[in-house]
Amino acid sequence: MSTLKVIDEDYSSWKCSACGKALTPTPIELEYLESKFTVELPACPECGLVLIPEDLALGKMAEVESLLEDK
Amino acid sequence: MEQDSLHEWESKCIQEEPPRCKAACPIHVDGREFSKLMAAGQTDKAWAVLCRTLPFPTVTARICDGPCIKSCLREEVGGGIKLNSLERYCAENTKRTPPFRPLPARGKTVAILGAFLPGLTAAWDLAKKGFTVTVFTNDSAEAFATIPQEFLSVDIFKQELATLKKMGVSFDENSSPSLELATKSLEDFDAVFADPFACDAKALKISPPSITTLKTEKDGLFAASMPEKNTSPIALIAIGRKGALSIERFMQSASLSAGREREEPFETKLYTNISKVEPVTPSAVPADGYDVESAREEASRCLQCECMECVKNCAYLEEFKGYPKVYARQIYNNASIVMGTRRANNLINSCMLCDLCNEICPENFSMKNLCIEARQDLVKKGHMPPSAHEFALRDMEHADRDTCTINKHQSGTSESEWAFFPGCQLPASDPSAVDRVYKYLCDSLTGGTGLMLRCCGAPADWSGRIELFDTKSESIRADWESLGRPKVIAACPSCMESLHKAIPEAEVTSLWSILCEHKENLNPVLPETISSLQDPCTARHNDKLLADVRLLLSDLSIEFTEPELSGLHTECCGFGGLLSGANEPLSKKVAEKRGSKLDGDGITYCAMCRDLLAKSGKRCLHLLDVIFPSGNSDPAARAVPQYSERRENRVRLKEQMLDVIWRTPSAPRPDYESISVSFTSKAKELMEERRILHSDIQKTIQAVQKSGQALESTETGHKLTYYRPVTVTYWIEYEEQDANNYLIHRVWSHRMRILGASK
Ligand code: SF4
Ligand code: SF4
Ligand code: SF4
Ligand SMILES: [Zn+2]
Repeated sequence: MSTLKVIDEDYSSWKCSACGKALTPTPIELEYLESKFTVELPACPECGLVLIPEDLALGKMAEVESLLEDK
Repeated sequence: MEQDSLHEWESKCIQEEPPRCKAACPIHVDGREFSKLMAAGQTDKAWAVLCRTLPFPTVTARICDGPCIKSCLREEVGGGIKLNSLERYCAENTKRTPPFRPLPARGKTVAILGAFLPGLTAAWDLAKKGFTVTVFTNDSAEAFATIPQEFLSVDIFKQELATLKKMGVSFDENSSPSLELATKSLEDFDAVFADPFACDAKALKISPPSITTLKTEKDGLFAASMPEKNTSPIALIAIGRKGALSIERFMQSASLSAGREREEPFETKLYTNISKVEPVTPSAVPADGYDVESAREEASRCLQCECMECVKNCAYLEEFKGYPKVYARQIYNNASIVMGTRRANNLINSCMLCDLCNEICPENFSMKNLCIEARQDLVKKGHMPPSAHEFALRDMEHADRDTCTINKHQSGTSESEWAFFPGCQLPASDPSAVDRVYKYLCDSLTGGTGLMLRCCGAPADWSGRIELFDTKSESIRADWESLGRPKVIAACPSCMESLHKAIPEAEVTSLWSILCEHKENLNPVLPETISSLQDPCTARHNDKLLADVRLLLSDLSIEFTEPELSGLHTECCGFGGLLSGANEPLSKKVAEKRGSKLDGDGITYCAMCRDLLAKSGKRCLHLLDVIFPSGNSDPAARAVPQYSERRENRVRLKEQMLDVIWRTPSAPRPDYESISVSFTSKAKELMEERRILHSDIQKTIQAVQKSGQALESTETGHKLTYYRPVTVTYWIEYEEQDANNYLIHRVWSHRMRILGASK
C-alpha cells in the first residue's frame, strides 16, 4: 500500500513526553469502516506515539470518513 | 424498498403534472413554458417552444381560438391567459424559426386524402417522422377558405405549404378523394388517412372509426366522422395528429390504443395554491395584436402553475433543491446501490419527521413515512452512516443509565395511580422545573404519583433502529408495570407519541391536560409581553393536547398569539427526526426561520423547541417558566445549557430528588468524574461545536494518567493526548496545573482508528 502524504507543516516542536524524542514523519496505518490506509504522520521514533493535528482531523480525515460512511 | 412502492410514492406527488393550459390544449402546447419565455421577452425561444408542438406554426399560431383560456387557472383570479393572442404576437415578431428536419426516410408510404386542417396536419407529422407522404386533393390550398383569416394572409398559408413540400410531401392535385380512391390507395400505399372534410366515414361507407385511434374496419385505413360545425381549428388539427400517431404505430405493429388516455384535452391533477394570488384582469387585445409591452404584460400574468406546496413550507425540502417525487426516486436509488456511494443518505437523515408536508400536500405525501422507511432500510442493511445519529443515541443511553433514572412510587406510598414522565430533555434543560412540577402533582393528585425519570426511546425510533426501540419499549413497560400500571403524565409531546407505541394499553395524558384540571393552586408569573405560541411538531395530531394547552393558557390569563402555521400545521424547531445531529447547519437554519415567524417572544411546551429556538437567538419561554416560576427575572433569556451541562443536570436532578424526596443515595458516579478539569473559553466553545463532552475529556485524562503516553510541545509546554472510549478518538491539548488539575486548551476528534506504525 502506498503512503499518503497529507501534512506539510513541521511538527518537530512536539516531542514524546515519555521518550523525550522529537516527532518525525512516519507511515501510520489508519482504519475506518473496514478500509485501511497508510498516512505519513508525525510520530515518536522510539515508541511510535502518533500526532493527528486538528486541521487534519477536521478537514481531510472528516471528509474521508463521511465518504466511507456513504459507501 | 421495492420498486412497486416507488411507483406508488411517485404517483402521489403531482408536481410533475402538466398545468391546466397544457392539459386543455387539444395538442398540448406547453403554455407555461411559453408564457415564461414571453414574459422574459425571449420571443425567439418562446417561438421555438411553439414550433415543438404546432404543425405549420406560422399558420396555426394565427388561427387558434384559445380553447385553453377558460381552463387556465388564471381564469379564477382575473381571467385566463390569452395564449392564442400571445402565440399570434410571437409568430408575427419572431426573427428565427428553428429548422424542421424530418427523420431519415423509413421506406414506408402514406396516402392522405384531402388537404384540410386534419389532412395537412397528418401530412406534416408523418413527413417529420420520415414517412413518404402523398396528399390527394383537387386544390392543395383548399384549407385556406375554411380557416379563420382575420390574422392570416394567403401568402403565409402558401409559405407553409411550401415548407410541407420541402419536407418531402408531394401533392397529387388532380384527384378527388372518394371511396374508390381510398380503396385504390390501400393497395398502393402502406397506410391511408382520410381527412374527414374531404372524405368522412359516411362517404367511405364504413361504420364510425374508433374515437381514440381513428382505426376503421379496413386494415390500414384511418378516418374520422365529420366534426361538428364550429369545431375549434386546433381541435381539427388534433384529428390529423391523432391519425398520424395511429399510422406510425400501425406501421410499427405497436398497440394502437396503449397509453393514449391523455391525448384528448384532460383534467390535470396539478394543484396550485392561489389563495394568496391577487386577481389581475387582462387588458383587451388591440385590433392589430399586442405590442412588445402588452405582450409581456399579458404573459406575466401567467402563474407558472406548479404545486410545491410542501417545499414552500419546509426548509428541509427546499434545501435539497427538488420535490418529493424526485426525492422518492433518489431514495429508492440509494436503497438499490450495492457497491458505490449512497448519495441520498443525507437527504434521508435530514427530514425532521414532523409530517407537516402530509398535512399540506393535496395528495397527502408523507415524506416522514418515506424517510423513516428508508432509515430502517439503511439500518437493516448495515448501511446507516454511523455518525448520523450516534450522539443522539448516546444521549438516550445516558438518560437511561442508573445515574439518571428514577422509577419510584410517591415517597411514603406503595401505590401509584399516576406516574409523572418528564422525558429526558426537560431534566437536561431545566431540572429544577421537573422538581417543582413533581411536587405540585404529588400535592394535587390523589392515589399516589410515582416518578418515571428516563428516556421514552424516541431517538431509537427516529433513527430507524427498530430493534433498539423494541428493547427500549420493553424496559419502559417493565418500569411501568413495576409501578402497577399507573396512568402516565407526560410533559413532552414526543414522549406521548413514543409511549403510545411502547405501551399502547397505558393511559397517557399530557401534563398540560392535568394542569388544566388542577389549576387552583398554580401561581403563574405572567410575561410582560404577549408571546407567540410554538406548538411542537409532535403535538400536530394530538387534538386534545393542542386544545388543552390553549385552554390552560387562557384560563391562566397568559396572552398569546399564533403564527400563521400553527396547531395542525405547526413547524418543527429543527430538533425533530434528530436533525440537529445529522445535519447541524440545516437544523440551525430551521430554528432561525421558525423563530422569525413567531412575533415577540416565543412560548412553547417542549424543552427542545425552547432550547433550539433560544440557541438560534430567539427569546423563548417554556410554559413551565411561566406556570412554575423559578425566580429568574427574565426566563425568556434563560441560557441554554451546553451538552455536558445537560448531562450533569440529569445526574444532579436524580441525586437531589433521591436525597430530598426519597432520602436515599443515588448510584455512585464513575471514578473519572473525580478528575478536576477546567476549560479555557475557547475550549468550551470547541466542545459545544464538536459535541465533545466533559466526560469524554475526563476519560481521556484518566487514560493518560494510566498510560503516561502524551506528547509535549517544546514551545508552549502543553501536552497532547488521545483516547478512544468506543467509536470516536478524542484529542485533548491541556496543561497540567498541579497534580490532578488540568486546564483544557483545545479539543478535537475523529472517527478513524489509529492502528500504529505500518509494517
Ligand atoms: S396560469 Fe399559466 S401555467 Fe397556469 S394554466 Fe394559465 S397559462 Fe397555464
Ligand atoms: S421535515 Fe417535516 S415537512 Fe419537511 S419533509 Fe420532513 S416531515 Fe415533511
Ligand atoms: S405538496 Fe409536495 S409532495 Fe404534494 S404534490 Fe405538491 S410537490 Fe408533490
Ligand atoms: Zn515515545
